[in-house]
Amino acid sequence: MGRYIAKRIVISLATLFVLVTVVFALVRLMPGDPFSSEKITPQIRQNLERYYGFDKPILQQYVIYIGQLAKGDLGYSMKYANATVNDIIAKAFPYSADLGLRALAIAVSVGLTLGIVSALNRKKPIDAVCVVVAMIGTSIPDFIMGYVLQYFFGIRWGLLPIAQYKGFAYTVLPSIGLGFYTLALVSRLMRSSMLEVVQQDYIKTAMAKGASRFRIVWKHMIRNAILPIVTILGPITASVLTGTFVIESIFAIPGMGKFYVTSVQSLDYTLVLGMTVFFGAFLVSANFIVDILYGIIDPRIRVSRR
Amino acid sequence: MPEPILDVQDLSYSFKTYGGEVEAVRGVSFNVFPGEVVGIVGESGCGKSVSAQCALRLNPEPPGFRKGGRLLYKGEDVFGKTEREMRDMRGTEIGFVFQDPMTYLNPTMKIGAQVEEVFVGRPGVSRKDAKRRSAEMLRLVGISDVERRSNQYPHELSGGMKQRVMIAMALVGGPSLIIADEPTTSLDVTIEAQILELLDGLRKKLGTSIVIITHDLGVIAKMCDRVYVMYGGKVVESGPVEDIFYRTAHPYTAGLLGSIARLETECADELKAIEGTPPDLFSPPPGCPFAARCDYAMRVCYERPAPGYDLGGGHASSCWLRHEYAAPVELRSPCAPGTVA
Repeated sequence: MGRYIAKRIVISLATLFVLVTVVFALVRLMPGDPFSSEKITPQIRQNLERYYGFDKPILQQYVIYIGQLAKGDLGYSMKYANATVNDIIAKAFPYSADLGLRALAIAVSVGLTLGIVSALNRKKPIDAVCVVVAMIGTSIPDFIMGYVLQYFFGIRWGLLPIAQYKGFAYTVLPSIGLGFYTLALVSRLMRSSMLEVVQQDYIKTAMAKGASRFRIVWKHMIRNAILPIVTILGPITASVLTGTFVIESIFAIPGMGKFYVTSVQSLDYTLVLGMTVFFGAFLVSANFIVDILYGIIDPRIRVSRR
Repeated sequence: MPEPILDVQDLSYSFKTYGGEVEAVRGVSFNVFPGEVVGIVGESGCGKSVSAQCALRLNPEPPGFRKGGRLLYKGEDVFGKTEREMRDMRGTEIGFVFQDPMTYLNPTMKIGAQVEEVFVGRPGVSRKDAKRRSAEMLRLVGISDVERRSNQYPHELSGGMKQRVMIAMALVGGPSLIIADEPTTSLDVTIEAQILELLDGLRKKLGTSIVIITHDLGVIAKMCDRVYVMYGGKVVESGPVEDIFYRTAHPYTAGLLGSIARLETECADELKAIEGTPPDLFSPPPGCPFAARCDYAMRVCYERPAPGYDLGGGHASSCWLRHEYAAPVELRSPCAPGTVA
């Protein structure tokens, strides 16, 4: 297991390195530069370029950037005055993380429950309800979901605040809006996974041993049915976190989404790179944790990787 | 005569499917006496597993449902019991050994825990007791190093080991009857012999009755006192092992015996298969289910089911050839043990 983890860490770092290199190149390939939209004299422009090191050859810039990155320094933003990328992330990330985790928690817990309930009540009305909810969830995009939630819960019924992020009541709608698609996905996957497990031979064995219905469902079905869900937890985390961009702008939440999008539009090189690296590191570690988790739940995998 | 421990009376069991009703079991009767080993033999889809699983009501309901007849265990009608009463019976009154230990063991549960599960929720058995009895049973079925094995998962064990675990699971609750559904089909021949010996030894030691379901007449010859031959959802012939092998009284049984590969006879180079396919259980034929494949079929065979003819000594055959007006015929099964010198 130790060797496996070490190997995965090396692979994760390599992934990040490739990511940084590719994004570094891509940002520079975009037409224009951070200062092209500003009305400045050539003299000031030259000063700015020297200040940010743009006068050096690009390879040298790359080496310098990697060196800074190794120290954890993501550099100064080129658009936000006197703000380092680290500062911006430190300020914005807690909002995004909070929103993402809430959405993820809702999606996984409610999704699993719906999937299990509907599989156990197959072909009954409650199953149909769950299936319809899942279908709505997977077919409505989040920007529409967000407005629909705002309209009904915020404006029509006046139950919950529709913008900003200042306390629990504020978190409810954006979390649901962000998590709904994933919720539907999880419930659909869990339902089909459960229906498959129900037919497995070992369920009959458990029955023949006189295990109670509850025990069969809990110990034999769910434990085995949840494996595919664990596999997609990594990608799900990714989709929820990237989904925050849309939801954040709908609900006016000062998270990372806004900064990320505007940084690309305004060619804020360091901010684009910094946020990409940050997200990349986040996702790589999420996948890493999922892999370890998977080994804990499914003993067959633990052995083959020893 | 002692009371039979399992008494199946004219049981019919069907499954509702989209295509219609599958009549898997159509009026089957058999019984098992204490300490006896009874074999049920027949090809795939003849209803042998379904009728055996009725003893613990393990068939999924729906789509399965009992159409008629009774199934008595120790004199009590199993189909009259509640789910709660069934649960109390499973594992402690009747133990089930399934066909394929690869798929019938839960891949994410440790061996020890799976055996101990028989005791979960049983009043009067503490966790420690359950652990001790499980370890004891695992040792008894020939698992070495039980401490370590109990903490392993099914995929870490060989096929034969897993089948031993299945047997331990079936036996640990101290049942009076074990139903072994093709216990050796998925194992190779050397392991098969070991498993059969194990079952036989345990029966002698514990006095458990055994029902062995198989399509392998070799297993029957080795293990059983009495045999029921099933075909198309019905019992076509039954009786003591010697009668089935040496005084074969149904053409299907003769065909089965003829299709055994034997090395020591002149038939070694030619394997006799029974021509044709088993009847469609969506619309079973009105007469004898075997008539369409039978070399001796008469007109009556296609029209009316044959009654069970008592041939004496517990030997019975449902074949019109046993009728008093039927012409006497010698059933051909040239390579069966009965006819080989």
